[in-house]
Amino acid sequence: MLLEYFQMIDQVATLDCEAKRLIAHSTIPEDSPIFEGHFPGHALMPGVLLIETMAQASGYLVLGLNNFSQMPFLAGVKEAKLRSFVEPQTPITIEASLEHDGSGFAMTKAAISHDGQKICDAKLTFKVMPFPAPELEAEMRRQAGRIGLNLENAPT
Amino acid sequence: MSTDTFDKVADIIAETSEIPREEITPDSHAIDELGIDSLDFLDIVYAVDKEFGIKVPLEAWTQEVNEGKASTEDYFVLKNLCARIDELRASKGA
Repeated sequence: MLLEYFQMIDQVATLDCEAKRLIAHSTIPEDSPIFEGHFPGHALMPGVLLIETMAQASGYLVLGLNNFSQMPFLAGVKEAKLRSFVEPQTPITIEASLEHDGSGFAMTKAAISHDGQKICDAKLTFKVMPFPAPELEAEMRRQAGRIGLNLENAPT
Repeated sequence: MSTDTFDKVADIIAETSEIPREEITPDSHAIDELGIDSLDFLDIVYAVDKEFGIKVPLEAWTQEVNEGKASTEDYFVLKNLCARIDELRASKGA
C-alpha cells in the first residue's frame, strides 16, 4: 500500500468471474505521512481509506468483469461499518462481490478482514462510464498488472 | 401502463426517497416534480431491476435525452417510465 498515492491494493488473489467476486491482499504500511496526522503518537489507518480500499477492490472487480471497457467511479457508500482499529503493518484481506450490474452503474458489497475477523464492510455504488481520458485507461491497466489482476479470466 | 407496475414503482420511490407515497402519481415527473436526483435515481433503478427482473437501459435513455432524440418526459414521467418497464418485461418474456 502507498496511502499517499492511493495505491490501496497490493495483490489480487482471486478474480472469480462466475461468482462475480474478487479477493485481494494488502498490508498497512509501517510509515506514511498520513500517520503523522492520524493520529499523533497513535497511528491508525483512517476509516475513509479503509472505505477507499473497499472501493478499489470493487472497482477492480468491475473492471475485470467488463474487461476494462468502462471505468467505475465511486458514487455512494451505504451502511459502512468500521468495526475495529487497524494499525500499521497489519495484513488485510479485501473481498468485493458484485450485487448488481446495472446500465451505467454497479452495486457491490465489500469487506476487509484481518486474521478472519471482520474490520469493516459497506455497500458501494459506482457510476460506470467510458474512460474520460486514454491516460486513465492506460494507468488502470498498468495498476491492474501491478496487482496481478488476471485479465485472462475476464470476459471478452 | 399497468396499474400493478405503477403501484410497485411508486412504492419503490416512496421507500427509496423521502417522498410521501400519496404525492406520487402517474403524471409525476421523477426529476422535475419529485426532485429525485441522478444518484437517488440509481437506487430506484436498482430496485426496479430487482423487482421486475429486467435491466432498465438507463445509459441509452440518458444518451437519447442528451442528444435531443427524446425528452425527459418520455422516460421520467412515471406513467411513461412504467410503460417502458412493461415493454421491457414483455420483451424479456417473449
